Amino acid sequence: MDISKKIVLPGEEIDLNGMKQGNGIYHENGKYYAYQLGMLQVYNNYVNLIQLSGKYYPVKNDRVIGKVIDIAPSFWILDIKGPYPGFLHINDTPWKSGSGELSKILGTGDTVFAKVNEITESKQIWLSLKDAGLRKLEGGHIVTVQPTKVSRIIGKAGSMVNMIKEMTNVKIQLGQNGIVWLDGEPDRVLQVIKILKIIEEEAHTSGLTDRVKKILEDMR
Amino acid sequence: MSRSADEIVYGLKREYLEKISNGGIRIDGRKFDEFRNIRINTNFVTRAEGSADVRLGNTRVLVGVKVEVGEPFPDTPNSGILTTNAELIPMASPTFESGPPNEDSIELARVVDRTIRESKMIDLDKLVITPGEKVWVVFVDIHVLDYDGNLIDASALGAIAALLETKVPGSKVQQEDTPLPINHVPVMITQIKIGSNLFVDPSLEEEEVATTRISIATDEAGNIVAMQKGLSGTLTHAEVFKAVDTSIEIGKDIRKRVFGR
Repeated sequence: MDISKKIVLPGEEIDLNGMKQGNGIYHENGKYYAYQLGMLQVYNNYVNLIQLSGKYYPVKNDRVIGKVIDIAPSFWILDIKGPYPGFLHINDTPWKSGSGELSKILGTGDTVFAKVNEITESKQIWLSLKDAGLRKLEGGHIVTVQPTKVSRIIGKAGSMVNMIKEMTNVKIQLGQNGIVWLDGEPDRVLQVIKILKIIEEEAHTSGLTDRVKKILEDMR
Repeated sequence: MSRSADEIVYGLKREYLEKISNGGIRIDGRKFDEFRNIRINTNFVTRAEGSADVRLGNTRVLVGVKVEVGEPFPDTPNSGILTTNAELIPMASPTFESGPPNEDSIELARVVDRTIRESKMIDLDKLVITPGEKVWVVFVDIHVLDYDGNLIDASALGAIAALLETKVPGSKVQQEDTPLPINHVPVMITQIKIGSNLFVDPSLEEEEVATTRISIATDEAGNIVAMQKGLSGTLTHAEVFKAVDTSIEIGKDIRKRVFGR
């Protein structure tokens, strides 16, 4: 029986059909069970569980969008919707702390597009702005989506997000942590927000890119 | 007091909402004077004398009414008692904390209480069992189950819908069960100011970036029966009058549409 795309409940027994145990699956007394609510996927003879919902868990080199929630003497504390806050040190930014006042560079409530530079043993998350495309975000609007659905919004090699960008002329910056920055004509931005909702709800279905394309064409 | 991450608003969201409002657009595509979808399910709690489950968009409020026998206050021996209480439970929003009631829940309860009391919605003088000794006490309890903005209007709608269906349990004192004596049906309309524009029924996103809030309750005759201004911003003369006109107009529509009166 083909088990890929099967939706499983937490604790549900999974028959691996001789394949290997991948992510999101545990075994007990020789049997395999699902950790979370999710969909099974077969890849290279491994069965993985793709979770349908959940909180963001940072991984090194992820691109995330963070909001400054506090300022320390030499670094900013950012909310990245993860289990712990992210820290951004002044040395990991293109700016110089000449005046010594960090709040003049980034104040509380400011938004940055950053990457996860390092996760220490004690789970401190250090962010960095030193890479191509990373910056302080200005103008535009912020919406949140489920972090697990971000890869679906991007699509295969960016097919989905590029199509939305092209058809609506809205600038889109996606954070792996489920925060999305949008900038463009107000009514176009509203359309993109609607599209993101649709993708989020129908992420597990196939042929989504074509359907989204049709919806976008109808909206024009 | 340090604020939690959820209470800090994205600075660019504030700018964006202000910018698009100047172009006549709200972030969810509504018109400036458009309410979200209102759904009310009355008699939701069978053990209460009256109750209502209200959904205003994604905001959800449960209101329960209990009517019990009590002693009147010494200065009003010939009238019943109305008590309103509001509870913001942590399940409704990441920014709600458990513990004793905070400023927001006290304000919510007081504004709803004022709407009912000052509009003379309930005829408290008819709620006397034995003058000076026994009267009916009406408890209105508001539970916020899901917070997506505009708790004041949702709670007021719920309280009024629940009171309209409330039965006075006369059988407890060897009398007949009767409906609660109702005189008027007030409707509360809340507006917020973003930039220089006034919006009715703010969503959570709009409430977060608003500078000023004004809630106005009106009755059938278009009289203002309660008013509350919130947040630190200001309103001009003209804006206050405009807000009053909007409240009367939308209040009439909602009274007809939701309460059929």
